Amino acid sequence: MTRYVLRRLAQGAVVLWAAFTVTFAILYLLPSDPVELMASGGGEQSVIDPALLAELRAEHGLDRPPLAQYLHALGGAARLDFGRSYQSDAPATSLILDVLPQTLQLTVAGLALSVLLGVGLAVASTYPRTRWLRHALAALPPLGVSLPVFWVGLMLVQVFSFQWRLFPAIGNDGLASLVLPAVALALPTSASIAQLLARSLRQTLAEPYIETARAKGTGRARVHFRHALRNASIPALTVLGVSVGQLLSGAVVTETVFSRVGLGRLTISAVNTQDIPVVMAVVVFSALVFVVVALAVDLLYPLVDPRISLRRAPVAA
Amino acid sequence: MRTLHRHAPGTALAFTAALALSACAGSAGEPAEGGSTSSASAEPVRGGDLAFAITVDSKCVDPQQVGNNDAIAIARQTVASLTAQNPESGEIVPWLAESWEVNDDASQFTFHLVDGATYADGTPIDAASVKTNFEAIVALGAKASLGSTYLVDLESVTTPDPTTVVVDFSAPSAQFLQATSTFSLGLLSPASAALSVEDRCAGKFDGSGPFVVQEYTVDQRAVLARRDGYTWGAAGASSHTGEAYLDTVTFTVIPEAGVRAGSLASGQIDATAAIGTADLPQFDGNGFWLAYRANPGVVFNLYPNESRPLLADERVRVAVLKGIDREEVTGTVLTPLDEPASAALAHTTPLYDGLDELLAYDPEGAKELLEEAGWVEGPDGIRVKDGQPLSTEVTFWQVKDPLELVQQQLRQIGFDLRLHQVTIAEATAASADGEYDFSYGNLTRSDPDILRNLFSVNARNTNKRAAEPVDQLLDAQAAAVDPAERQRLVTEASRLLLEKAHSIPVVELSTTIAAADTVHDLKFEASTRLDFYDAWVSQP
Repeated sequence: MTRYVLRRLAQGAVVLWAAFTVTFAILYLLPSDPVELMASGGGEQSVIDPALLAELRAEHGLDRPPLAQYLHALGGAARLDFGRSYQSDAPATSLILDVLPQTLQLTVAGLALSVLLGVGLAVASTYPRTRWLRHALAALPPLGVSLPVFWVGLMLVQVFSFQWRLFPAIGNDGLASLVLPAVALALPTSASIAQLLARSLRQTLAEPYIETARAKGTGRARVHFRHALRNASIPALTVLGVSVGQLLSGAVVTETVFSRVGLGRLTISAVNTQDIPVVMAVVVFSALVFVVVALAVDLLYPLVDPRISLRRAPVAA
Repeated sequence: MRTLHRHAPGTALAFTAALALSACAGSAGEPAEGGSTSSASAEPVRGGDLAFAITVDSKCVDPQQVGNNDAIAIARQTVASLTAQNPESGEIVPWLAESWEVNDDASQFTFHLVDGATYADGTPIDAASVKTNFEAIVALGAKASLGSTYLVDLESVTTPDPTTVVVDFSAPSAQFLQATSTFSLGLLSPASAALSVEDRCAGKFDGSGPFVVQEYTVDQRAVLARRDGYTWGAAGASSHTGEAYLDTVTFTVIPEAGVRAGSLASGQIDATAAIGTADLPQFDGNGFWLAYRANPGVVFNLYPNESRPLLADERVRVAVLKGIDREEVTGTVLTPLDEPASAALAHTTPLYDGLDELLAYDPEGAKELLEEAGWVEGPDGIRVKDGQPLSTEVTFWQVKDPLELVQQQLRQIGFDLRLHQVTIAEATAASADGEYDFSYGNLTRSDPDILRNLFSVNARNTNKRAAEPVDQLLDAQAAAVDPAERQRLVTEASRLLLEKAHSIPVVELSTTIAAADTVHDLKFEASTRLDFYDAWVSQP
């Protein structure tokens, strides 16, 4: 078990390094100059003295050869120092840490809501005896999966904020401001969880051991929840891991629509302004989240289903 | 602005200006701008908060560093400047300096400061602190994206006595007087000049203006609070001189256009200057008002890169200039309030002179010029010469609609303008590297010197061309102290820029405030930046 975790962590480090390197290469190859951008007032023509721009370029080390810049940045990243934002001159790491709680709140709320809605819908579309009801409910997830977060968000704001004035449309103030964005974020994710879990449940319910349980006289509810759901949840668990990534990227859109502070907005503005230190920090941080979540999901499998083992097959004595 | 906020131009002010940048008669002051209105004449009420939406946060609210319009809206309110500029007349009027003198070639400026003004931390606004400010801006270099361009050629700042500041330049700098009216040269306390760039950006500075930064959360909001004891408002540019009326102004960042419009309509914000063209009509009346003003400075232009063979031919450039129907652009893809360009400078710029006759839509004249230059009609309507089609590209990041219409118009004369829309980052880089046929854009500045900054071969040289007579005119206006003489030089230079089609103006950039009827006297200052000093709110 320990060896497995260590091996996975080593793989994770390689993933982080690769993410860092590819991003650096892309940013370097982009046909734009962050320093020119800093000097232009929001995209108007710039008339600033080229000598001053050269000074600024030197200050940020952008005048050095690319390999030297890369090694310097990599060395810093290894110490979690990504440099200072070109925009505000604040350390990139602290910019992320400042907004992280907001995005975390949103993502956790979104995740909880998607699991609740997803599992609920999956059970509701497999449990009832009424055939048409099961079919009607089973048609919902494909619909939900195809809804863009952006559109859902705008609709929610229109109806619940501008028309009925139940929730604020903008901001990060308190629980009320979290409701609409969390729902917007959760809807598509919950749909994909429901879709997978329902299919898996239907398959599991057709398995011989369920027949056996029924033959022994076990009640419908007990068969459904105790015998089938647990076994059927493995594929959904895998999707859940991927969903965390989906939710993080969904936060970019949700935070924009709902004018919320967070990692998504930080990312957008860093990309738009070519704020390289911040972009690098965000990419490495996101890669880190992926690595950790993937590992956590893999470690969860054997707890849910004892037939799965993380140890290599025992060598025959 | 036609209706809402009108000052009598030339309010009886005993200002001892040796150099008055008065706009020429019948230009900047005329009521070309318009908009609907609220009850304007009511007595201002003290107190309350004004919630104002901006589109983007620039991670910085330091007036000496910011360059983005939204950041400027916040930063402008936190500092007072040596001078102010009357938005109606373009005249430079006293603010922290009660008077000033300028020497014969506009290379030395002497300011006499008012008594009793202080920074927010209590230190007096004296000559030494002004010196500290200007030197700090020079030290910021390119980070002071606007201020550093105003202080180019600064030689020394001396302080013969505590209320006198003498600023010397190594070259004539007539633009400097207007520059002292901008937020970029707004004054911060000497202690603030010593802060790190990071702290200054985060709003931890002490300014000299009618508001102070109470709270600033990146990407979310900035809250400004009234500065108690502020009594040095610029009488020549505002309607009062005491403390601001509002308790607070809350700037909220709302990136999504539809959400901004909905938030204004549903009362979650009070005002914004960022409502899209399509949404504007619903705020014209119905409990709301609109106010409109063109940004002074260089209008949206196609800038030909004359180091490219095709655009080195003056006849081709002039044909493009004649082949654009500017009225049609404002009439179809912009709002009825927008103005077609009538010169390289917007009509709200001091010393602007209308040159409509040079910008008349003349497709036949354009075709003749192209024929003369050897471009004959090709099979698909695009002209050809030596087997080459008459086709070039414009690199830009702005809204596409006006250029799409220009593209269609130029097709009528057999000219193929390809639209290359890129990100701001790419457009800025292309412009800096000279990697374009045409670049496109505007530049806001309430002084005609901006023409020299952009077009002179001795400055940005956006045309990438060799020296011509126009450069002498552009450089000479920078040294002209006599307003009439400067007017003559600017007009002559503007005329040459159009005759040679170094500048191909299209439309003016404008800013429109949309606000609820409870908001009063939210105004534009001379550079079409937002001014919250006179603003107040009434109970609905």
